[in-house]
Amino acid sequence: MKALEKIGRGTIGFFEYAGGITALAGESVGFVARLRIRYGETLSQCYLLGVQSLIIVLLTSLFTGMVFSLESAEQAVQYGVGSLVGGAVAYTSVRELGPMLSAVVVAGRCGAAIAAELGSMVVTEQIEALRSMGLAPARFLVVPRLLALIIMLPLLAIFADVVSIVGGMWIAGAVAHIGSGDFISSVRQTVGFEDVLKGLFKSIVFGVIIALVGAYQGLSTRGGAAGVGKATTGAVVISIIAIFITNFIMSYLLYGGN
Amino acid sequence: MPSVIARLDDVSLCYGDKIVLKNCTLDIVEGAITCVIGLSGAGKSTILRLLDGLRPPDGGHVYIRGRDLCHMTETDINKIRAKISLSFQFAALLDSLSVGENVALPLRENTPLPEAEIKQIVLDALDSVGLSHTYDNLPSELSGGMLKRAGFARAIVMRPELVLYDEPTTGLDPIVTHLITDMIVRLRRKLGGTAVVISHDLQSIFMMADYVAMLFEGAIIAYGTVEEMKRSLNPIVQQFLGGSEVGPIPI
Repeated sequence: MKALEKIGRGTIGFFEYAGGITALAGESVGFVARLRIRYGETLSQCYLLGVQSLIIVLLTSLFTGMVFSLESAEQAVQYGVGSLVGGAVAYTSVRELGPMLSAVVVAGRCGAAIAAELGSMVVTEQIEALRSMGLAPARFLVVPRLLALIIMLPLLAIFADVVSIVGGMWIAGAVAHIGSGDFISSVRQTVGFEDVLKGLFKSIVFGVIIALVGAYQGLSTRGGAAGVGKATTGAVVISIIAIFITNFIMSYLLYGGN
Repeated sequence: MPSVIARLDDVSLCYGDKIVLKNCTLDIVEGAITCVIGLSGAGKSTILRLLDGLRPPDGGHVYIRGRDLCHMTETDINKIRAKISLSFQFAALLDSLSVGENVALPLRENTPLPEAEIKQIVLDALDSVGLSHTYDNLPSELSGGMLKRAGFARAIVMRPELVLYDEPTTGLDPIVTHLITDMIVRLRRKLGGTAVVISHDLQSIFMMADYVAMLFEGAIIAYGTVEEMKRSLNPIVQQFLGGSEVGPIPI
């Protein structure tokens, strides 16, 4: 009976959470549609959430591209398909690694920051103060962060793609003596503009997930400093899980097994 | 017969399993300072949140100028909130904005006033609480008493008809407590509006209150002027005002 109760509670909790996020998304989209946007704050969030994440995204992507090339280049040359390494690195980077890695890094850095900031505002009654002044927290706080991540995450993914490919090319040359000309030619033959666009579309969806989960976690904080800690951890864990699941679904739908 | 600006009518409210308010009825007289007293955790601050429409009751009605908040959308409640201000216990200033920007926020967001006029109104509001020199300071740079006064400035900047003060003197030294009590009376006179004050500080309540309501076990059990409350024969009121451990209030 207890196990059944637990399943029931878990199910209700899941739907309550999903409903809450959906309501927050709907409210935020409503403000965006009516152009009730705080442009200055959105710009400031673009800097805080996007520009300040650039270095960590670049480092992560560079080393991932290098590792991928390191693992595959020598073997590819042994099997006589060294000319395909560039394509393999670029294909993986543009379709999966660029959008995913940048999203996971930003979820860890910015999803946590959003949840912690909004959670602290709940605990110190600042959110209630906003409502008391007739200001909707969704418009005042969520919309700028949501728009900032929708704009900045695809840009970060482009940087991640480029750096990952360049890192892969360097290692392919250094380890397996694959020339940069061959590498770039393979990249051009394998990756199309459509792949880049699909990767960027994924980034936009990931940006929405990170902003909404972080904001919802923050705004539903209960119980003081401990509550802020729980909300922050939850924001990172839930965003990352949601990113992986959504990535699989999108890859299936966008690429259809190709 | 004094006119009533706000009314809690038979209001009930629970937090989880805990009953906070049970059939609670309270009239807020227009133009007066009404102080709500009661034990810690009795639900006094909840009364302010009900009056500001921040929380709907589980049962009963909340009326502001005869309009029931319980049947309004958030947009309609926001129109009512333009005439009501809540001053929070710990000021609740946005810590990313300066004191001046905090006080200017309701004006910038809710009125079409030009920036120069907003700045003048904000400086006047800060001046009336003795804080015009803190315009560019961040809230983290102010003391507890100054924060509360900055919160008052934000609460009065829209010239509301009803100001709700949540524990304005809690945790302050006697001099600042006296200063803030005096300020609440002065601000009410200046704005010509109504105030509801939640407080435990009896000395300060006796200084400012026109009416006192005592909340006990979820309901208003006594209501009257300061003198009427002091003369009350209700043993709960007597015990609370006397600060005695002995009596019907369970410790």
